[in-house]
Amino acid sequence: MNFAADFAGILLGGLAAGTVLFIVSVGLSVTMGLMGFVNLAHGAFAMFGGYIVVLAMNRAHFGFAVALALGFIATAALSVVLERFLYRRLYRAGELDQVLFTIGLIFIFIASMTIVVGPESQTLQLPPALGGQLNLGFIQYRTYSIFLIVVGFAIALGIWLTFERTRIGGQIRATVDNRRMAESLGINVDRLFTITFAFGSGMAAIGGGLGAEFLGLDPQYPLKYLVYFLIVVSVGGLGSVIGVYYAALILGVLDFVLTLYLPKGGTIFIYVLTILILLARPQGLFGRKEL
Amino acid sequence: MSAAVSPAGEASVAAGIDNPAARVLMQRHRFRWWEALPWIAAIVSYFAFPDYLGFGTDLLVTILFALSLDLALGYAGIITLGHAAFFGAGAYTVGMLASYNIWTEPITSLLLAALAAAAIGVLSGLVLLRTKGLTLLMLTLCTMALLEQAANMAHAYTGGFDGLPSLPIAPVFGVFEFNPLYADTQYLFALGVLLVCFLFVRTLVYSPFGQSLTGIRENVLRMHAIGSPVRRRLIVCYAISAALAGIAGGLWAQTNAYVNLSTLGLDRAATVLIVLILGGYGRLYGAFIGAVVYLALEHFLAQIYPTAWQLGLGLLLVLIALFARNGILGLGETLWRRYRAKRTAP
Amino acid sequence: MAALSREAHGAMSEIRLETQALSRHFGALVAVQGIDFKLAAGARHALIGPNGAGKTTFVNLLTGALPPTRGRVFLAGRDITGKAQAERVKLGIARTFQINRLFRGLSALENVCIAVAERAGAAGSMFYPAGRRTDIIDESMQLLQTLRLADAARHRVSELPYGRQRLVELAIAIGLKPEVLLLDEPAAGVPSAESHIILDAIERLPEHIAVLIIEHDMDVVFRFAKRVTVMVSGALFAEGTPREIEANPQVREVYLGQAGLRAVHG
Repeated sequence: MNFAADFAGILLGGLAAGTVLFIVSVGLSVTMGLMGFVNLAHGAFAMFGGYIVVLAMNRAHFGFAVALALGFIATAALSVVLERFLYRRLYRAGELDQVLFTIGLIFIFIASMTIVVGPESQTLQLPPALGGQLNLGFIQYRTYSIFLIVVGFAIALGIWLTFERTRIGGQIRATVDNRRMAESLGINVDRLFTITFAFGSGMAAIGGGLGAEFLGLDPQYPLKYLVYFLIVVSVGGLGSVIGVYYAALILGVLDFVLTLYLPKGGTIFIYVLTILILLARPQGLFGRKEL
Repeated sequence: MSAAVSPAGEASVAAGIDNPAARVLMQRHRFRWWEALPWIAAIVSYFAFPDYLGFGTDLLVTILFALSLDLALGYAGIITLGHAAFFGAGAYTVGMLASYNIWTEPITSLLLAALAAAAIGVLSGLVLLRTKGLTLLMLTLCTMALLEQAANMAHAYTGGFDGLPSLPIAPVFGVFEFNPLYADTQYLFALGVLLVCFLFVRTLVYSPFGQSLTGIRENVLRMHAIGSPVRRRLIVCYAISAALAGIAGGLWAQTNAYVNLSTLGLDRAATVLIVLILGGYGRLYGAFIGAVVYLALEHFLAQIYPTAWQLGLGLLLVLIALFARNGILGLGETLWRRYRAKRTAP
Repeated sequence: MAALSREAHGAMSEIRLETQALSRHFGALVAVQGIDFKLAAGARHALIGPNGAGKTTFVNLLTGALPPTRGRVFLAGRDITGKAQAERVKLGIARTFQINRLFRGLSALENVCIAVAERAGAAGSMFYPAGRRTDIIDESMQLLQTLRLADAARHRVSELPYGRQRLVELAIAIGLKPEVLLLDEPAAGVPSAESHIILDAIERLPEHIAVLIIEHDMDVVFRFAKRVTVMVSGALFAEGTPREIEANPQVREVYLGQAGLRAVHG
């Protein structure tokens, strides 16, 4: 019985961490599937938004929901500005230029955060309703982690429904599938991308804020988790919400378990697994096979 | 060849060699006078800046590392953020051989480091070079992270996070000792290794093999269509690039007399990419210029204002990506061409 | 004229390229179906058909850029169906592309040198300068001269007018010394003032090479081809001499049925 409780505890912890990864990465997957732009700086938006959420709560004492909304809006707005003035110039550029540009952005974000806020880690002060433990019957588990898992699932479901049922979702799916065809059908791809980019960055902000305790929140965030975001997106399959969700949860659980039982170098298996999966299916688990 | 050769066959052959285009190709590999400058500067610096030999050694190692990346990135077009995998492989080969007193002779240690790194290069190349774009980039990161975690896991042998300190290195040629306090032997040794490696890379770049790498970078579809064994060429190039990075890593371990996980980190891989881009990739000397400019700036700025240095570096990268993708050498070429155009204008 | 008389003794000519029941599906879409095709040494053969007939797909199947769904390809009697593109080039089949695939940042001469070096087996050599292979440079230069590109040799391909770029594309293919040459709309995109250069060059191709040329322009077909194959909706529709094809009422119908085709002679 103890084993079951331990197992459930670890599983829930991993799922919570994975959920955070999902919320942060879903935007990256969609924008990359849409535009093919290698945006390594996506984690920087998560960090920026996360900081806004946390600081709004800790220093300005806003409510939880308000802080999240603030983080979403501020990050979305920033991303729109950056997209219109900078990112846009590099859509036709080679991959190397995109990599350089986004690495440069990462450095700018990290340095700016360090200068404005300081190098220390930020912690999220949970609202009392989400603190404490929840009795699930066979196990008592942290309310916040359960909350995260539920919220993550709701977000995944919501985004998936948007993709499948709404007009704009259909447009996004069509453009991911075949951009030229979508353009010739009259879809305004540029505007679509700005909207998606803004939404994705806003989502990342929420992920950054909600996940402050799992992934931490310090200026090094974008570099620390760069590889993980890329793994989640590539293994899941660019542009696939389901893919990102599964990949993120699997990665979250794996990382949680490995760090717990093999703290020194255990995460090596994550990299081995990634390489094996991508060798077998270069387009990711749910990605579109390129003709 | 063709049945339609003009009657004056001899004349056309002579015309072929006289044609300026042909001459350009035939003389491209000749040494130019200014190519001696970096080496003269290096030797002069040895005597002129005796207090900076440690920095100088670091610079030479960085140049070699960036040169190795240039072969993969600048000539074959393989975009990688994981080149430190090979640097670290070489560093740990030298480090572990020395630390456990298995082998401390410096020159042969470097050869072993090259072999180890090349082996990893071939293995990973066989697997990775099937992919391209984001997938390739990410797999290079994964390979590097994998090695980093492996070194962490085997901390009993590798010293884990703290690494292996105080590596014993035998004297070069049995005579010249590595002095931990004064870096004169280290500097000259690094310079010698760099010279040999550079001449090798230069030969490779101007060889028919190098030319085919350029073809692969410029238009890989065309290379397939002329019968070129593209994959084989890429793997060989990647393996050679890995070997050179391994030598750089081994050199780093020898001249610093220690090795740790930083040799396998994203930080190191990102830095060498920045160095190469800054100088100008695909241009052989970009590694030299990029390393000098980057390390000089870092040495003076990062120590005083580390956060401002990072901010400035970020801005520089954004500007380079937008306006000067061919780095300093690229800018120089553009300016030179404009200058020439102005001079020949009426 | 010697080539014509050889064609006349057609039965004695070697078959250089042959396909049997060659087909290619893309899911439900049938791009090429059941093609039996023969190309003899010294052939001057044109492949025509409406847009979307599958001509370029057929060429891609021949060169190995695309694997077939069914059927086989033979080069000089040897089954090459499973062989990759690069291997087939080594065995003697070369092509030009409808849209140029050149090394735009390199000089015209270097473009050809890379191809010639590959053919000569020198391209893998690492330890001597490419500049010392004056034989390769010479051969490339001569090739450029026969295509009247000598003065363009040192210019970057991206700086050349499109017609001359097309010639470089042709030079690369010829430099591979193929037994079979597939030309995919060689004059496509070339301003009419320049297209005669290309057509002259095609006319001067070595006699023994089997040449298949995809074309839309019936003037070119008439000038150049000894035999014509018409392809419609992925299948062979008709085959014969240019006169026979032009006179064929079904062919006329197929072409007249497509708007905007300036195909048929009066």
